[in-house]
Amino acid sequence: MSEMVAIRLTVNGATVERDVQPRLNLVDFLRDELGLTATHWSCEHGACGACTVRVNGEIVRGCLIFAVQLDGATVETIEGLTDSGALAELQAAFHARNAVQCGFCTSAMLLTADALLRHDPDPSRETIRAALSANYCRCTGYHAIVDAVADAARERAKRP
Amino acid sequence: MKAPPFSYARPRTLDAVLKLLAEGGGDARLLAGGQSLVPALNMRLLEPKLLIDINGVSELSGISESRNGIRIGALTRQAVLGVSEIVARRAPLLTAAVPFIAHEAIRSRGTFGGSLAQADPAAELPACVVALDAQLEIAGPRGRRCVPAREFFKGVYETALARDEVLVAAEIPAQRGETLFLELARRHGDYAMAGLAGWAAVQQGRVAEARLVFFGTDIRAIEAKTASAALATSVEAAIAALDHDLTPVADLNASAAMKRHLAGALLRRACAAAMARAA
Repeated sequence: MSEMVAIRLTVNGATVERDVQPRLNLVDFLRDELGLTATHWSCEHGACGACTVRVNGEIVRGCLIFAVQLDGATVETIEGLTDSGALAELQAAFHARNAVQCGFCTSAMLLTADALLRHDPDPSRETIRAALSANYCRCTGYHAIVDAVADAARERAKRP
Repeated sequence: MKAPPFSYARPRTLDAVLKLLAEGGGDARLLAGGQSLVPALNMRLLEPKLLIDINGVSELSGISESRNGIRIGALTRQAVLGVSEIVARRAPLLTAAVPFIAHEAIRSRGTFGGSLAQADPAAELPACVVALDAQLEIAGPRGRRCVPAREFFKGVYETALARDEVLVAAEIPAQRGETLFLELARRHGDYAMAGLAGWAAVQQGRVAEARLVFFGTDIRAIEAKTASAALATSVEAAIAALDHDLTPVADLNASAAMKRHLAGALLRRACAAAMARAA
């Protein structure tokens, strides 16, 4: 049982081929197989949000999807989205607002905030808080994070 | 923790799924969105020998308009359900409910049928399909059958689905009346302490007909028949009638008495909002 399965997918623009055990989840695949360690894991049951990454353009919980399911898929992590500049306003605002304390939740916070701003470019503070309720920050830096997302929304509005 | 070892199959047709399910006996599980199954695997609450990934079975997905309403494939993602123009027009209760299901990163994977088959007592979609009087289409080794949503939910994580059957789709008659949807949770996205899904046909400032279904209070989505009828008299009469309909069960968040109180408060708020919209 649990024989290896060959998968081929695109991660941050590069084609990746690996043989994986079916039980290997996406976040462990990214960290242990590909060395992409900016995506974190914690609760491993979908509550904390630390493992948030993009699959086929949409954010998902990396702990609740197996790598074996992703044959043919496109995966984007904080590393790739940083390089492309997709999160630049958010990252600058998190820096400026000191919305990072230990930094453990930050990668996932950025991806969740980005997904919100893609659907709702001008969110209220209440909407920002509702979206960020998907991600835990145990340093309790939520106020600064909400401030940073609101700032980033204003900066994004200036994009040509 | 990590999931225990399992074998993995990704069939492309419903027939192949049914064959694998029959061969697997009690040791096989269907993997749809995985947003309830994978946590259970990671917590080692389940150790199936085989996961049958149904995500490649295209006939299980999609939303279409039918003569009397809509048809929603079981594998349709909750996120897709939430932005569907057809759903918003024909069954707006579902559109109202989707933003309350967990979070975006979970709705992007989580499926409509998965939520129904899971039958969590605090889940939104089971209550919605009961309120909308949906027919649930089920495929199995003995062919297809339809079960009314009102008879599908049996208890906590318990449904009319047999081990060798697959939920295929829901046929939902076009919704009538104003949408009633509200829930209370400790934080946005958490499991509801109490929720209300339903509709009310309002005529000249009175409720002519209504269907009220509560979730998060009892062991399953409960149709509040007495309260629904009492709405024709008054909202307060309907709230009092909930004593007859509900058997609230305490959980970590709320006592039975608190859930009973919240159910009444939700009904009062939802009716006020529906009356205001209908006016």
